[in-house]
Formats: sequence, structure tokens, C-alpha cells
Amino acid sequence: MTELLSLSATEAQQALRQKECSAVELTTAYLGAIEQTAELNNYVAVTADKALEMAANSDQKIAAGTAGMLEGLPIGVKDLFCTQNVATTACSEILRNFVPPYESTVTANLWQAGGVMLGKLNCDEFAMGSANETSCFGPAVNPWSADTPLAAGGSSGGSASAVAAHSALLATGTDTGGSIRQPAAFCGVVGMKPTYGRCSRWGIVAFASSLDQAGPFTRTVADSALMFSAMASHDPKDSTSAPEAMPDLSKALSQGIKGMKIGIPAEYEMDGMDAEIVALWQQGQNWMREAGAELVEISLPHTKYALPVYYIIAPAEASSNLARYDGVRYGVRSDDVQSLDDMYEKSRAAGFGEEVQRRIMIGTYALSAGYYDAYYKKAQQVRRLIRQDFDTAFASVDAILTPATPTAAFALGQKQDDPLTMYLNDVFTVPANLAGIPGISVPAGLSKDGLPLGLQLLAGAFCEDKLYATAATLESMANFKTSAPKAA
Amino acid sequence: MSVDKDTVKKIGRLARIHVPEQSQEQIASELNHILSWVEQLGEVDTSNVEPLASVTGHSLPMRSDVVTDGEKADDVLKNAPQSASGFFVVPKVVE
Amino acid sequence: MSNLVSGRTGDWEVVSGMEVHAQVTSQSKLFSGSSAQFGAEPNMHVSLVDAAMPGMLPVINEECVRQAIRTGLGINAQINLTSVFDRKNYFYADLPQGYQISQFQHPIVGEGEVVIELKDGSQHVIGIERIHLEQDAGKSMHDQHPTQSYIDLNRSGVALMEIVSRPDIRSAEQAGAYIKKLRSILRYLGTCDGNMEEGSMRADVNVSVRRPGEPLGTRTETKNLNSVRFIMQAIDYEVERQIELIEEGGQVDQETRLFDTSTGTTRAMRSKEDAHDYRYFPDPDLLPLSFTQAYVDSLKADLPELPDQIKQRMVSEYGLSSYDASVLTEERETAAYYEAASAGQDRKMVANWMSVELFGALNKAGVSLADCPVAPQQFGALVALITDGTISGKIAKDVFADMFETGKDPADIIDAKGLKQVSDTGAIEKMIDDVLAANQDKVAEYKSGKDKLFGFFVGQTMKLSKGQANPGLVNQLLKAKLDS
Repeated sequence: MTELLSLSATEAQQALRQKECSAVELTTAYLGAIEQTAELNNYVAVTADKALEMAANSDQKIAAGTAGMLEGLPIGVKDLFCTQNVATTACSEILRNFVPPYESTVTANLWQAGGVMLGKLNCDEFAMGSANETSCFGPAVNPWSADTPLAAGGSSGGSASAVAAHSALLATGTDTGGSIRQPAAFCGVVGMKPTYGRCSRWGIVAFASSLDQAGPFTRTVADSALMFSAMASHDPKDSTSAPEAMPDLSKALSQGIKGMKIGIPAEYEMDGMDAEIVALWQQGQNWMREAGAELVEISLPHTKYALPVYYIIAPAEASSNLARYDGVRYGVRSDDVQSLDDMYEKSRAAGFGEEVQRRIMIGTYALSAGYYDAYYKKAQQVRRLIRQDFDTAFASVDAILTPATPTAAFALGQKQDDPLTMYLNDVFTVPANLAGIPGISVPAGLSKDGLPLGLQLLAGAFCEDKLYATAATLESMANFKTSAPKAA
Repeated sequence: MSVDKDTVKKIGRLARIHVPEQSQEQIASELNHILSWVEQLGEVDTSNVEPLASVTGHSLPMRSDVVTDGEKADDVLKNAPQSASGFFVVPKVVE
Repeated sequence: MSNLVSGRTGDWEVVSGMEVHAQVTSQSKLFSGSSAQFGAEPNMHVSLVDAAMPGMLPVINEECVRQAIRTGLGINAQINLTSVFDRKNYFYADLPQGYQISQFQHPIVGEGEVVIELKDGSQHVIGIERIHLEQDAGKSMHDQHPTQSYIDLNRSGVALMEIVSRPDIRSAEQAGAYIKKLRSILRYLGTCDGNMEEGSMRADVNVSVRRPGEPLGTRTETKNLNSVRFIMQAIDYEVERQIELIEEGGQVDQETRLFDTSTGTTRAMRSKEDAHDYRYFPDPDLLPLSFTQAYVDSLKADLPELPDQIKQRMVSEYGLSSYDASVLTEERETAAYYEAASAGQDRKMVANWMSVELFGALNKAGVSLADCPVAPQQFGALVALITDGTISGKIAKDVFADMFETGKDPADIIDAKGLKQVSDTGAIEKMIDDVLAANQDKVAEYKSGKDKLFGFFVGQTMKLSKGQANPGLVNQLLKAKLDS
């Protein structure tokens, strides 16, 4: 049983193809793992019956020789993706009772490819957070925790933790400021954010529309390329969906990085970074050099402004995107009210958690009369400069190597006094969202406390081939084989 | 650019989120803390820089004028906290 | 010609502008694929996008873009090849997203103009500041229940063009002419059906007053007027109210007002809120709207002839008066009817007869021109029968009444009823002789100077001929006989 759970997706595919196991057996193993790791609080809903039904279907297709790209592979879905007739809450009280009559494009693509839905995964409320602590269902716990529960990262904490805990083979996440890459680093798994527009946003609960991107959580880089290929599509229902063709990813995975240029941005060496992380970053550079790449020092001069830019733009867009949660057409509505406005004010105060309310307030303020130019417009201007920094860099390098997070996973509850301390977690990941470029976090080593540390690779827009080529090499050089202590 | 209790009340009103009297001071201070941090953007010279509203570089794709949707009042009303005779129901508004 | 209104303490000038919301003629909505047609059961023309379900996204309808460009071309406006959609954020039960997708700083159409003509023949140019595309909101019903309001989202997301005029309007009469002309242009183009009762076109009117030569006064906005009459009434009422208020030492508050159709008055909206802070920002779910000059040019080449062009032609080629041409070109269907009816005929005469007889009959019967029982060719044939002398104008009125009732051809009616005009000189002379013989005393009075009696003899002759004598000939022959 545990053996089945330790198979990567590509290995599981082979096992299914060669009839070493059935899809139903595989899914049953995962449903068992979910129960076994329940204390990690990764799942907010388990769709066991549906999963077994889908697995049985997969077995038929495999037998008939019509297997899809992900046939029979068990997948956990971040509870931000609308799943038809399955409760979708965004881990918020305000959507506790919402059951969408529609399926998001990304998850529809996964089921179309033969994926099996295990259930909905925990996340920060409305994807706002870096430790999965703002969820109305309680925090997700990192399977690398010993006695003290550690944060799984956020906002896709449940997804990262489940893949690390072997209670999901694959998981979907969304990344707006680092919400895939940061939890992936904390949990020792591979997390990838595509170029903005690769994955459709239709049917994903919107947080910050110009930044949100769905992406895969997996155990290996090869699994990541596989899942990403299935998730991505050009969707005419999403006006921001990219029409650009997908490069050949399987070729990328095996091509190596000889002759490629890898940029090392000076500005990513920051005060207060763990010495271990600096060391790992250096180690990563050595690995890349060993594998035949040329390391180039580059400058991304506006790096330090990326976080404040993000913390204006994201809340501003969110304040508008979350206006629809008003208790009129769906979601929770307060009863003891005197008027329509009273209903709005009470429902939203009761339904939204503290962090969400805080960001809505900031966003509303940043857009309000008299402040728009100083905040929102200014942030969009600096955003262009950040994008230009990357455009300039990618004119001379193929990929950029950076740390993924400033620290290893911290204890739950540790960063709750000052919101700013939490925001600083995203310092390495946010620039890629602002520029719309793809990024991936690959587990690269362990801290002295035995916690996973990740390294991040970035590539130019639509260059997922370069991203996966460098990531595959990094993975092979790092040879990170440790399993999380609390994994099933 | 400093946020006080009154501003918090005003923003709460704009955002339709009830902020209890006793929390207004604390929220004002939290917001000020974050806002003074973002104000470092003032250091950046952005004269002649166009705001970047969209990273895709494309312009808006259009769809043909064909009716492809609707006729699903059941789905539309399915999650409504209150509905009647096909309408959404809310507390009465006086204009 | 003065537009000034006199108050207690002197003259005042009216300054007014209008924001017209015109529903775009299209099959589906602006950003979703549900139907834009009026009249369905509640919430049936609503998609998940219209209902603003979590994760829903807008996709623009190319026909709405096309219609907006065509409207801009129809008012000689600048077409902006790139424009941006912004979110206008506010909360209301009929606004599911909590924002309306509109255009703020970069609208699709820039400055243009509409030329109006008043009854006195004066022409005025009303400047258009801009036209932009935006979503309509749903409908709230507040009068169905004591404590509840009902929301129907069928209209939510339907495409609107907001047409913003400059404050160039100087009287209620000008406002009426403006809205009628604008409506006419939109109907000619087929970009909006202009049906104000059904709500496909509604106006918000800004009104202020000032002493001539002084800076602008504070203006009020009266919203959601859905008829020409209400627009004019609202302006008149506001002007009077504001003048009275100022003359008594008060101040006009800048506020939004509603028009009460039953009393013809305006009142301030009950919610005395601070001015809305809409927090406009570019909609991040959309990209900038962009099209080429070539595209705009191709739309321009395919535009139908517009009322001003047709009117110009009618005045210069057909010799119609400017006012008559205005009336005939107000509706595309009227102009088309007129062209068909007057082809090869006396253009002016057909115009006169249409204005008086045809429109009169249609109005009285409550029938639209589209449902007119008389075809344009038939109408033209009737006028031809007058000009060639077959019947007199007076008889023609009776023939027309018959045509209107039966739809028959005028020639058939004349034959059937034996209404052919008598132009036989000999026959008329005989009738005149009979009349004069029977009224010798009046003949004597006439000859001694009572000229007015001429009309009497004419009348008697016509009566004797059962109205069929050619009146021109009667006049001529009678005169000859009397003056001999």
C-alpha cells in the first residue's frame, strides 16, 4: 500500500499501463492515506465515492487502450477551484454553503485527461496568506512537523502538504504572489507557476485577476510538466487566456542545460536571509555550473519594490473581486438586518476573516478618490519597471536561479502579530507574478533542523521549456530524496 | 497619507463591511503600518512610465454575437439564500 | 430669438446637458452569451457570468463594438482605435458583480455633434463629448412586498451606449429636439431601437441656471427619464424650481433627483449619501480594446443614408421646406415611404398630403406607418390623380378615407363611386347658369359690389355637381359669367 503511495505520477502511469496495479487500487490507497494523515488537516472535503467511480472508469479506459494523459491518477483540488456539484468554499465562512453548478476549465481539463478527484484541499481564505492560517477550516499542517506544528506555507498549504504527505499524487494550486512556490518549498515538493495566461482562470475564485495563475504541485519535475500540460489550455471564456503555443516539454526535460546561461540577480541577496539559504543558493549555482551552464551576474534593480507593489495591486483588485460576496445570490447572509446595506455590512463582516477584511480595506483605500494616483497608478508604473528588468535580463540569460523563501517552514502561529512579517515571506516569489513570467520551486536541500529548502528558477514569458530544462537538471543534481516524517 | 478612525469608518462603508467601533482604532493603526511601508514606492522615478495594467501584450479578443447561454434560472437561483417566483429576494430598498 | 427665462428679479439662462443610455441592438449581451431580448420570465436570460458567480469572466461581443463605432460615425465623432474598460465599483442589489464594467478615461468614441432644428427653423449644434460602452444593471422591484425587494437580472449585462452631450442645450424645446434627433439617428443606423417606454433608451438630464454672461450655476441631475415629454417637463420644472430658490436667497444643491411622472415634479433622492466614490480602475479581466482604421472605414462605407443627408437632398432637389423635410426624415420608415410615394410625382404635393392627410389618419386610428393600410405607391397614385385633374383635392380627401379603410387603389374607388371630376366646360357652364338663375337677387347684390358673394356661387355650383366639378374651372367660368 505504502509502496503505491511512494510512486511518482510517471511511475504510477507505468504501473497502471503494465497492469501492476489498477486505478481503483491506487485511488483506494490514497483514500486510505487521507484518513491516515487527517491530523494534517489538508482536506476540507473528501469525495471518496466520486473518486472510486472515476477510478473505475479509468480502469475501463486503460483496458480499452483509450487512456488519457493523466488516466487514473489521484488528484487533490485546492478549494478555490469550482468543482461541479461539490462544495467550493475558498476556505471562507462566506461561501461555506456554496455548491457550484459548474466546473472550472482547469479541473475540467484534468478530468477530461482521466484524472481522479480525491477531494478539496485546504488553503488560506480567498488565497490570501502565506501560511494557510487564515482558512475557516483551521490551518493545514506541514508533514515535516515534529512536535511543534509547522506551517505548510500559503496560500496553497493544503495542496503542498498533501503531496508531501502522500495523500495526493498530484494537486492543483494557484499562485498570485507565490502561493504555489512558497508552500512547495516549505513542504519539499515541486510547485510551478506558469506564464500568466497559460491556465484559464474561468471557474477559479478570483483573488487578484492580473496576477492569479493555476499551477501543479507534484513530487517530481517530470510529474510537474505532465500535469501542467494537462491543465493548460487556451480558453475563449477567459479574455486574458494566452493563445501562444506550448513548447515541447518532454524534449525540455531531457535536453540538459549545456550552454545555457543562468542569471544570478544581485538584489536577491537580502538582509536577514538565513545563512543556510544563502549557502544552498550558492550550492545551486555550483550544480548548474557542473551541468554545463554559464552563470551570469545580473541586476534586477527594482526587486525591493516588488512586495509593496504587490501589496497595493493585489488588495486593490481583490477589493473589487470580492464585492460580489454580498449574500444576495449565493453564500451566507446575515438575518438580523434593517436594510439592504445593513445586510451587506453584517454578512461581509461575519463572513470574511481578518486578513481578507484587512486587504479589502487596503485595496479600497488604494483605489479611493484622491489616492488612486499615489498608490494604485504608482504601483502599476513600478510594475512596468519590474517587468522591464526581467525583459532586459532575459535578453542575456535563459533562466534565473534564486532562493524560493527567506526561511524554512516556521511554526504555526509564529508570524501573527505583524501582518508585514507574513508578507515578507513572498519577497522572492512576488516579482514573477508582477512580470507574468513562469517560475518553479524545486526541493534542493535540508536545513540544519531537517526541514526542506527550495530553490526557485524563473524563465521568460512562455519559455516553460527553458524552465523545465533547468528545473530537471536542478532536481537531478540536488537529488532530494527525503520523505516527510508524517507522510503516509 | 494617514488613516484615522473616521477614514476606517468611511472605507468600511465603501467596502460594505461593518467595522465595530472598538476595532476602528486598531485597524487604523494596522493600515497605517502597511501604508507607510508601501510608501517607499515614492522613491522610484516613474515620470514617463506607463502603468502596466496587463502583462499579456495582447488586445481584447471578441466573440460572435450569438446567444449561447442563459435559460438556466434553476442554476442561477440554486444557491440563493432567499428567492421567490424566480426572483432573488433582498430586504426592501427605499430610493 | 431668446431662450431666456424671466424670473422675479431678471432674466436667467438655462444650461443643460444630457446623458442618454441607449441599449445596443444585439442578440446577446455585452460580456456574456445570454440573450439581450426584452420580456422573458425572470432570470431566464441570465448566465452564470451575468449572475457574477465565483470565477466567472467577461468576454466582449464584437457586434456591440461594431454598433458603438457605427453610432460614433453617425454623429461625425472621433473613433478611438484603442479604448479601455474600467470597473465602476458600487453596491446595489441589481449589480451582481458589485461593479459595473464601463469605460472611464478612454472611451471608444470621442467628440461628435448632433444638429437639431426647431419649429422656428433655427438650427443648433449640440456637441457630444463622448460615447462609451457599459453594462446595464438588472431590475429591482420595490413595490411587490412590504419588506422585500425582488431582483431580476435579465437586463443585467445588456450592452448600453452612454452618449454624453456637452451642456449645449438651452431650453426644454431644444432638449426635446435633441433627444428626438438622436433617437432618429440611432434608429436609422439600427444601433438602438429607441423604444423609450420599454426602457431601451433613457436619459439623465443635468440642469442649471445662470444670469446671462455669468459663470455656470450648480447643476442637478434628474435620472431615468423615459419619454420626450418627461424630459421636457423635468427641465421646465427644475428651471423654475432653481430660479425660485435662488431668487429667494437659497442655494441650489448639487444632487441627484427623481422625476415623478404623475405630478410632473422632481424630488431629491432619499438616500442623502456622500457623492459616490466609484474607485474606477482598468478591469484586469479584460485587455485594451483595439481595432484598425481600415475596420472603421469599412463600417463607414456601409452606413445607410442618415436623416440629415436625406433631408438635405429633399430640400435642395425636391424643394421641400426644411421643417417638412425634418418631419419626413424623423423616422427611416417615413423617409422610405415618402421616397416610394413621391417617385415620379409632385414631390412637394406628396409631402403636404402625407403631413396632413396620411399622418392625420394614422394618428386618429392609432396605427403606425408600418401598419398603414395604404401602400406608398397607392398614395402616390392618389396624388397623381389630383395633379392630372381626374379629381379635385376635396374629392381626393374622401377617396383617401376610403383607401385607408379598404386598402383599395384610388382609381378603383373613383370608378366604383363615379367620383371623376367634371372638367367638361360645357357641363359646368350649364350648372353655373342654373345657380345664377336660381339666385338672381344675389347676382344683383354681387354686381353692386358685394364681392364676398362669389364664394356663395362657387359653393352652390360645387353642391350642384356633388363636389365633382373642377373647382379651378368653376372659379374661372363663374368669374367670366359674373363679370360679363
